[in-house]
Amino acid sequence: MHDILVDLSRLQFAFTALIHFIFVPLTIGLSFLLVIMEAVYVITGKEIYREMTQFWGKLFGINFAMGVATGLTMEFQFGTNWAYYSHYVGDIFGVPLAIEGMMAFFLESTFVGLFFVGWKRLSKYQHLLVTFLVAIGSNMSALWILIANGWMQNPVGAVFNPETMRMELNSFADLIFNPVAQAKFVHTVSAGYTVGSVFVLAISAWYLLRGKHIEFAKRSFAVAAGFGLAAIMSAIILGDESGYTVGDVQKAKLAAIEAEWETAPAPASFTLFGLPDQEKMKTDYAIRIPWLLGLIATRSVDEQVKGLKDIIADNELRIQRGIKAWSALQQLRANKHDTAASQQLKKYQKDLGYGLLMHGYADDIAKATPEQIHQAALHSVPRVAPLFFTFRLMVVCGFLILALFLTTAWSVYRNNFMHKRWLLYSALLSLPLPWMAAELGWFVAEYGRQPWTISGILPTSLSTSSLSAASVQASLGGFVIFYAALTAVEMYLMVKYARKGPAALHEH
Amino acid sequence: MIFDYETLKLIWWLLLGVLLVGFGVTGGFDLGVGAMLRIIGRTDDDRKVMINCIGPTWDGNQVWLILGAGAVFAAWPLVYANAFSVLYPAMLAALFALFFRPTGFEYRAKIADARWRAFWDWGLVVGGAVPAVVFGVAFGLVLEGIPFHYDENMRIIMDGNVLDALTPFALFSGVVSLVMLGMHGSAFLNMKARGSVQMQARRWLGMLSITLIVLFALGGVWVANGVEGYVLQPGGNLNHALTPLNQHVSRAAGAWMHNFDNMHWMWLAPALGFAGALLAGLLRSAPRLALLASGLSVSGVILTAGFAAFPFMLPSSSVPSQSLSIWNASASEHSLALMLIAACIFIPLILLYTTWVYRVLRGPVRSEDVNKQEYGTY
Ligand code: HDD
Ligand code: HEM
Ligand code: HEM
Repeated sequence: MHDILVDLSRLQFAFTALIHFIFVPLTIGLSFLLVIMEAVYVITGKEIYREMTQFWGKLFGINFAMGVATGLTMEFQFGTNWAYYSHYVGDIFGVPLAIEGMMAFFLESTFVGLFFVGWKRLSKYQHLLVTFLVAIGSNMSALWILIANGWMQNPVGAVFNPETMRMELNSFADLIFNPVAQAKFVHTVSAGYTVGSVFVLAISAWYLLRGKHIEFAKRSFAVAAGFGLAAIMSAIILGDESGYTVGDVQKAKLAAIEAEWETAPAPASFTLFGLPDQEKMKTDYAIRIPWLLGLIATRSVDEQVKGLKDIIADNELRIQRGIKAWSALQQLRANKHDTAASQQLKKYQKDLGYGLLMHGYADDIAKATPEQIHQAALHSVPRVAPLFFTFRLMVVCGFLILALFLTTAWSVYRNNFMHKRWLLYSALLSLPLPWMAAELGWFVAEYGRQPWTISGILPTSLSTSSLSAASVQASLGGFVIFYAALTAVEMYLMVKYARKGPAALHEH
Repeated sequence: MIFDYETLKLIWWLLLGVLLVGFGVTGGFDLGVGAMLRIIGRTDDDRKVMINCIGPTWDGNQVWLILGAGAVFAAWPLVYANAFSVLYPAMLAALFALFFRPTGFEYRAKIADARWRAFWDWGLVVGGAVPAVVFGVAFGLVLEGIPFHYDENMRIIMDGNVLDALTPFALFSGVVSLVMLGMHGSAFLNMKARGSVQMQARRWLGMLSITLIVLFALGGVWVANGVEGYVLQPGGNLNHALTPLNQHVSRAAGAWMHNFDNMHWMWLAPALGFAGALLAGLLRSAPRLALLASGLSVSGVILTAGFAAFPFMLPSSSVPSQSLSIWNASASEHSLALMLIAACIFIPLILLYTTWVYRVLRGPVRSEDVNKQEYGTY
């Protein structure tokens, strides 16, 4: 099945979200580093820490502007491009988004201006509080958006209402204590702290290499090395936690990440590397480590990790039940007093989403043929190769960053990093790594959910607005042009101000 | 919950009004200042003063808009899905224009080059004027209706082209909105700036407040006589989940006046619109009062449109019976109740700390101040 409108809408969402997420983690990470530097200033009274806060704050501001600009797009986009999605799950999904606005966006956006102009108008303590509130605001924003996003992966606390033809919230507690959301939140903010630390570390290393702003760079380097080590360790440990919750609730995603075609006897082995082949459903040249996958995914030695072939077979049955639910729903909407239909819907309701998967495979879902159902089932799991490779690349980035912070933190402790040029060069060259890991991570999380926007409930192919493909093509073109130009300007200013170093404080 | 479903829908309609007024009154002067940047600001110095008047606070003000969209999503998911997708080109025009604001405010001062600054100046003009017009057009369309209907699975089907929806009345509403926010922006500069910017702003405040009075009156006459309003026929249990698929709606010229005829207190809104603008113009040399009056005028104009359309939120011009109203487009009772609790906690807090920030930042902005090259000058 191939629908150009759906493909374009996905492309546009992915593009705008991934660009948004270039700026977001830097805001999250840098805001806390600013709090740390300013706290040191307030406690010790050393002017250089005020200068550090102000200088890194300046770069923070340049980045923040783009975070806001691209964030607006995200807020609009659910309505503009995912209208049926917004109708179908807005009752649940809208709630964390609205709370995010009230609790987080107001906080960070109201105080961020005061961070810049408030130095003379506020006492030291008041200003530190302002910086702290900006940091809290940006982290709260991550919390609520990830509760929303976590619900898409693991839709708990909601029921379908046949009368309004949508999902409705029935447990707020389930929504916010969703284990997937919790795991995502801690992993993603740790990723943000990692991004912030590598950013400060790399630019400081660059000053040290060029022998400029030594005192300033040394201190920034040390703060970043310490914070970064904690951040990357938590990103990796909590990434493993993410893996565990994925294994728990999203079996198809996990199986695809691991190229696990067959259900192996427990504990399953972990495929370190190989070439997955979707057609033949097997992995060539696989290098396997016995037991490891079973341990990661189930935290036990006797539970099985389900393979894709079995998941597809299960899904075929669920689609058949889903079609029954769909037929009952149609009868019920024609006559809401039809008790037989109402009972049939109740019985099969939990597979209704699987019935919707037939959209695009059969003109009339109720009359789908076994061949069509089989086709839909084959496509009810994500493609393996993209997930298999992107996930491994993220993990490689993660361990490279870990190695970087272990060595830098050690030599900060030994106080000899200024003279290790190889170390300073590696810090500089590592600059893109955390961004790569974060973007790859989102790819894994989002592509791995396909073909669903809401796992098991609403297929992506049904989620779009009723727009013409041409209008989405035009808007996508607009986004590419605008974002490319604005990002280029942002990068230019970043480099310009980073080059100036702390001297930039005495200019605009 | 102490409220029943029907009351909750009504409360959320009022809260949406609060958010829109919040945006109109605070974000409104930022848009106005942006739109007037090259008119009031004759020199680079002037424009710097203008930008520094709103630089530290505009971002917080814009969140009223973001929250407005978020609240519509959560409390009126049908309206959010419908308005944003059916008006796709208009929404994207506003969005692309809005990109120039965070970047313009933050980046303009960073390079002292005339062409660079001129570019961002115009960016900020577009970023102020285009959204002001688009939001006005949207209000006009709430009164005129837009062409859509639902299929049996509640998928929105657009009937015809959006460009058809750009009727003279909708465009006229766009102009009213631009003039109104221009007035409000001038009132703010009149209060906050000193020197030549203040002088220019004062002049424009006078002219724009008169223009607004004339246009608003014209709009009133137009709505009373020319625009076909919508009337929801009674039926359906308002305390229950309703959908746009089973109701009856008729159309009649002048129907938008019914609410004012039935509930006389609603006349307060247009009265506020007129009186506020009048006072803003007259009290020009008492800048704080003029700003207050202009804010009241903005609130009055926004509420007038909302009151007229009640209980409709988005009428359908092609299949009027499927129009969205506050009764059939809302979220579930549970979600509305939950969000009401959240709003009761957070909105007072927001008002509290926003007031504190404005207090810290009080005091005029002069051209000497912005040329001191201090940290954080925009
Ligand atoms: C609605 C909530 C939502 C949230 C909070 C996010 N996403 Fe998402 N994402 C979607 C909803 C979604 C979606 C609407 O469901 C997409 C678009 C089409 C699709 O299949 O899923 C999607 C696709 C999508 C894709 C492409 C995958 C594909 O098309 O197959 C990527 C790489 C991302 N997203 C990345 C992100 C990033 C970086 C986010 C954070 C900033 C993010 N997503 C948050
Ligand atoms: C796809 C859903 C998303 C939507 C609808 C969205 C919406 C927004 C909006 C409207 C803003 C501007 C707020 C302002 O004016 O201050 C913003 C900024 C921000 N968003 Fe997002 N966002 C999304 C994804 C995310 C995710 C997943 C995170 C974090 C993990 C995140 C973190 C932030 C942060 C920290 C900011 C502050 C500004 C900055 O980035 O520099 N957002 N977002
Ligand atoms: C090295 C070990 C790592 C492991 C085992 C790991 C594991 C994971 C897993 C399993 C997911 C998918 C979660 C889902 O599908 O819901 C994920 C997502 C993600 N990862 Fe990692 N990760 C690691 C390192 C990193 C690093 C170093 C970063 C960035 C600095 C990062 C950033 C992200 C982001 C932003 C996401 C998307 C948000 C989310 O789903 O939590 N990861 N990671």
